[in-house]
Amino acid sequence: MSGHSTYQPQNKFLQWFEKRLPLGGLIHSSFVAYPTPRNLNYLWTFGGILAFMLGVQIVTGIVLAMHYTPHVDFAFKSVEGIMRDVNYGWLLRYLHANGASMFFLAVYIHMFRGIYYGSYKEPREVLWILGVIIYLLMMATGFMGYVLVWGQMSFWAATVITNLFSAIPGVGDAIVTWLWGGYAVGNPTLNRFYSLHYLLPFAIAGVVVLHIWALHVAGQNNPTGIEPKSDKDTVAFTPYATVKDSFFMVVFCIVYAWFVFYIPNFLGHADNYIPANPAVTPTHIVPEWYYLPFYAILRAIPDKLLGVIALGASILILAFLPWLDTSKVRSARYRPLFKQFFWLFVIVCIGLGWLGAKPPEGIYVILARIFTVYYFAFFLIVMPLLGIFEKTKPLPNSISESVLGAKA
Amino acid sequence: MTKPPEERAKDVTTVSSAEHTRRDFLYIATGAVGAVGAAAVLVPLIAQMNPDASTIAAGAPIDVDLAPIADGQIIKVFWRSKPIFIFHRTKKEVEEAEKVNVASLPDPEPDSARVKQGHDQWLVVIGICTHLGCIPLAHQGEYGGWFCPCHGSVYDTSGRIRSGPAPKNLALPPYKFVSDTKIQIG
Repeated sequence: MSGHSTYQPQNKFLQWFEKRLPLGGLIHSSFVAYPTPRNLNYLWTFGGILAFMLGVQIVTGIVLAMHYTPHVDFAFKSVEGIMRDVNYGWLLRYLHANGASMFFLAVYIHMFRGIYYGSYKEPREVLWILGVIIYLLMMATGFMGYVLVWGQMSFWAATVITNLFSAIPGVGDAIVTWLWGGYAVGNPTLNRFYSLHYLLPFAIAGVVVLHIWALHVAGQNNPTGIEPKSDKDTVAFTPYATVKDSFFMVVFCIVYAWFVFYIPNFLGHADNYIPANPAVTPTHIVPEWYYLPFYAILRAIPDKLLGVIALGASILILAFLPWLDTSKVRSARYRPLFKQFFWLFVIVCIGLGWLGAKPPEGIYVILARIFTVYYFAFFLIVMPLLGIFEKTKPLPNSISESVLGAKA
Repeated sequence: MTKPPEERAKDVTTVSSAEHTRRDFLYIATGAVGAVGAAAVLVPLIAQMNPDASTIAAGAPIDVDLAPIADGQIIKVFWRSKPIFIFHRTKKEVEEAEKVNVASLPDPEPDSARVKQGHDQWLVVIGICTHLGCIPLAHQGEYGGWFCPCHGSVYDTSGRIRSGPAPKNLALPPYKFVSDTKIQIG
């Protein structure tokens, strides 16, 4: 994997170019000859799906930016202009909006896969942390993109989220004013969100390059959690992983297309088709579905500052995962107790998401608090303790043995 | 399932190149569908840059009332973002335009081809110099028509190029007379 690639171009021009910029060799060693564990399942396709979705969002976004006007008096109208007047504008808008949802769906599955199979463990700690950084950038990008529509939800989400920073003692209000560029969310806010929303996806692309680089240094994890021991444990990336990933990406695109063409507004909120009104707050402000679990955690804590800290901590705690989990065994396949706590964690996350959409009253608040406790306990109590006390199942001798049986 | 794994692995990867296998068919079929898909993806991405419905609607024909335009006066209106000169020519200016030797013009065209029959006092031309696109100045130049200050092209009372670098006469927009005092451009 390190050192010169085995790529030998036949074409004379390609040989000439390869001596000067070994791009062909890089692509060959990274995506053609790259040794890939032979037992990867479809959960491993989501990395490629995410790279694809980033491309889709950037292309549809750049094209939408040709028709959008980032001014409070024209933004909403320009989006309606895209929907009604621009050739295929309706398609581009629905691709971009539902693309964001699909992007987050894929990233959550990708992250849950990482937690289940211990992909964050040594030597992939930096790979995991780069992923957390990508996730944070995605959340910022998605939030700002939603504000650009300048509907009721856009405006009030911007107000609520920027107001979070006022919880910071002392400098909080100054920070919020600095973010707004005024005395409230207004035109300066919209303009700067437009600039940053265009910028951040390219920052994400840069961190993705580092993420893939870090991955290729360590090699892929696999469902057994044990490293490849010989050539028998791996296959060449092309054609095996290439074709398998292409197939599953098509399946993913079918789900994506289902939303875009049949239920394009299902994941959105009807209130965002009402132009922003700074004088009237909607009765139930909710973020888009992919932020709901964190919204539930924020509202579960009765104190303003502690709620904001809990919100931040619920995301940042992910970065410490490689050190919180003390188990020497990577994959949950061989960790029966961890497996149960993991699935409970998945249910808790989905539950928090459901609670985030509910009004913060009565039973919903109680449940949100219980689930928040489990969320943090999973990271801070379960992970460290299980490593010490869990009786793990015996690991197979090698990947090929686990796939082909003892005869391998 | 009876052969040992090492031999089975060889079966998977090597195939005699003489016969076309199912795999070849699948590769070619998938590639073909993928190419069609890629082309289909390009269609909306490229089409979205064409004028949208609101721009096309804004380019609909316009009516211009000729009554307020005095004898010898030239007015400027906009249609599809282009300046249109409407020239109410005096009898003398019409004669000058008709008397010219057409063959001697850089872009030969008789005046009668540039006006509507029965309305030869009205000249309606697109006010964009055919050289590099500046707007010529009215009632200037030695032929009583227009003078383009950018590179010195001179047009006559029929909007025809007489001297200077412009290759063609001022273009004619589509228009018709709705009544004797009103035209519809577009």
